[in-house]
Amino acid sequence: MKNKYSIFSLIKNALSGHENWQRAWRDPEPKKEYDAIIVGGGGHGLATAYYLAKKHNMTNIAVVEKGWIGGGNTGRNTTIIRSNYLWDASAALYDHALKIWEGLSQELNYNVMFSQRGVMNLAHNLQDVRDLKRRTHANRLNGIDAVWLNTEEVKKFCPIINTSSNIRYPVLGGTLQKRAGTARHDAVAWGYARGADAMGVDIIQNCEVKGIKRIGDKVEGIETTKGFIKSKKIGVVAAGHSSVLANMAGIRLPLESKPLQALVSEPVKPIIDTVVMSNAVHAYVSQSDKGELVIGAGTDDYVSYTQKGSHNIAEGTLKAILELYPIFSRMKMLRQWGGIVDICPDASPILSKTQVKGLYFNCGWGTGGFKATPGSGDLFAHTIANDEPHKLNAAFNLNRFVSGDLVDEHGAAAVAH
Amino acid sequence: MFIINCPYCGKRDQVEFSCGGEAHIERPKQPTELSDDQWAEYLFMRKNIKGVQFERWNHTHGCRKWFNMVRDTSNDKIHATYKMGEKPPIK
Repeated sequence: MKNKYSIFSLIKNALSGHENWQRAWRDPEPKKEYDAIIVGGGGHGLATAYYLAKKHNMTNIAVVEKGWIGGGNTGRNTTIIRSNYLWDASAALYDHALKIWEGLSQELNYNVMFSQRGVMNLAHNLQDVRDLKRRTHANRLNGIDAVWLNTEEVKKFCPIINTSSNIRYPVLGGTLQKRAGTARHDAVAWGYARGADAMGVDIIQNCEVKGIKRIGDKVEGIETTKGFIKSKKIGVVAAGHSSVLANMAGIRLPLESKPLQALVSEPVKPIIDTVVMSNAVHAYVSQSDKGELVIGAGTDDYVSYTQKGSHNIAEGTLKAILELYPIFSRMKMLRQWGGIVDICPDASPILSKTQVKGLYFNCGWGTGGFKATPGSGDLFAHTIANDEPHKLNAAFNLNRFVSGDLVDEHGAAAVAH
Repeated sequence: MFIINCPYCGKRDQVEFSCGGEAHIERPKQPTELSDDQWAEYLFMRKNIKGVQFERWNHTHGCRKWFNMVRDTSNDKIHATYKMGEKPPIK
């Protein structure tokens, strides 16, 4: 095991000018063969490798990443974590993840800065009120904490919201999940990478997959920029590029990849101590520990891999933010970016075997994958190790698009997809 | 953001348009004879290409007509637009 991080290691390294910290993970060359390969070194992929090693004793495995770990959607999202989904299957999936989040910093010996500051979802019209109340009831039946707040209670919980009845989309109430919150996105990737590496997992960066080799209906390995790597089990966790990899393996997925935008402002003193999301006007906001407002906008409605996003989408979100939070009217935005999100027709993920033996896909998380990172890794590791899904991800199989048994969270989830 | 050349109206700002997804997916001629697999293929499976892709677009805030577009999804460059029913000018 690597040196454990503690107050003593911090003091020791502080005294030596922080020049002797051990590197957190190795930089190995790929071996010729592994028992399993995970394609994609984001949070979900690294978590998968971590749980494969930890819970299933599969340590002769590798994570291959075309860029650097956590450089894709893991480093591009708005870090919101919640589990208040409508349907039983989704509620169970996301709450499984939330429960792991609650002990993750201790488990990884790495501070992922998980902060249960609550997530509030606003209602702006009568249908929103009905939908959100229904979701609150569904959540409580599933043992997930959820409360309905009226307009005054919303104002009390987050005083900077404009609850005037004279605005275009007045606040008619909202739901609150107190166990929900945020985490430090990079730390999640780094913590899982360090944990997986300590158990012997090879994390191979700057290694792009160029082909997936099949013999008949079985996988044989991957062609990469660092040569051919053999493996009988390949788990693809490639988010926006899932269809590209599926194409290499000769299978089809029901995904469309679209840019989803986010923005951060200049850092300011603490002003908002929770996360507020608004489905109807598609604006959500929280404040990072550095003080920046973290603002999530919507997706473009066309397929694109450009990681940019259209100007008018960000403009629409900022208009909504200004109306809901007049106090932000003079804030300056520092950065804007896009991440490529892979969206399923039913807005639910795919954690599944495929028709190719030994080939598994974890994709389709769309606009909300970050919150599921630990649960997704845990369940995908189970699926790969046992060649069978765990009961929590059984509903999220690829065959649901044939059987029609969709997990239709479109519009029913807390945020527009 | 890009300028789109509507085959009916000429060049207009992107905000006037909405995308209708992958083009040239034919509705099955004999829907009653389709298997579940074939329905899934028609309804849900998409090419989602990184590179040159054929798409349907609608000039929502203009002439409201549908047309097709050839666009590179890796850099958002539009290669061509053409009317419904016409053959793609590229490939």
